[in-house]
Amino acid sequence: MKAKIYVTLKRGVLDPPGKAIRASLSHLGIDGVEDVRVGKFMEITLKEIGVDEARRRLDEACRRLLANTVIEEYRIEIGG
Amino acid sequence: MKTAVLVFPGSNCDHDAYHALKHVVGVDAEFVWHKQGTLDGFDAVVIPGGFTYGDYLRSGAMAKLSPVMGAVRRFAEGGGPVIGICNGFQILLEAGLLPGAMIVNDSLRFVCDYVHLRAGTDRTPFTRGIPEGTILKIPVAHYQGNYYADEQTLSFLEERGQVVFRYCDPEGNVTRESNPNGSARNIAGICSEAGNVLGMMPHPERCSEEAMGSADGRRLFDALVAWLGERTA
Repeated sequence: MKAKIYVTLKRGVLDPPGKAIRASLSHLGIDGVEDVRVGKFMEITLKEIGVDEARRRLDEACRRLLANTVIEEYRIEIGG
Repeated sequence: MKTAVLVFPGSNCDHDAYHALKHVVGVDAEFVWHKQGTLDGFDAVVIPGGFTYGDYLRSGAMAKLSPVMGAVRRFAEGGGPVIGICNGFQILLEAGLLPGAMIVNDSLRFVCDYVHLRAGTDRTPFTRGIPEGTILKIPVAHYQGNYYADEQTLSFLEERGQVVFRYCDPEGNVTRESNPNGSARNIAGICSEAGNVLGMMPHPERCSEEAMGSADGRRLFDALVAWLGERTA
């Protein structure tokens, strides 16, 4: 089974790369971009352990390693 | 009296720290590989700078899971002095031994330069005899040294005297211009509530001899040796 994990900076935490990308988009002439937030995307392949168990394990993985919850939040999508 | 210099895959300031301790200050020092699960027999621990595990995921994120970090946690809980320098500071933050986190420098540049620091407290084993307001000249070299903590944590740190160093100008004024990375409240180094765990982005081991452009870093290691001497006396 597959899972997708999105790790993003919490609202209010400065994102210098995001700011630089926003400026570059504007230099490209792509207008109307108000804000860019950069994050991480991870695709994880799991054994068939059931959705609930997968979610439990991935939640622990996020809390203990994949995200730093001082500055980041995470979202887990299972299946697909 | 024996100090441990931890070595992780990707540590690159381990030999500098070892040199400063053993050859400049003259205290016994030994490298400790990160897979070692005990720190028995050591009186102080240095977590040196570098790029442990290539900074994958986040700086210090992998290193915090090395077996030696369990030993560091027990050592720190027992009141033992621990200093994390640069990547070592990032590891201490990731391990939760110090509060807050590091984000990318606001300039988006790797900063490698001498900076000035204003000492905030002499209550750590590494700053005994360095009174509040002392100005030290110590270099930084990092890309993720932009210290972040929420407002409440920052206020707690200040109230409890846990802000050990702030970036300042040569006269000791804490200004926006003297902040090399955008750190909250110009914070360059903090200690644990008990004071025995210190994390700092600047590199004292790189400026422990006049030939290096400054010997101010040596004061931290001298302070440690004096502190250990008093404790064992």
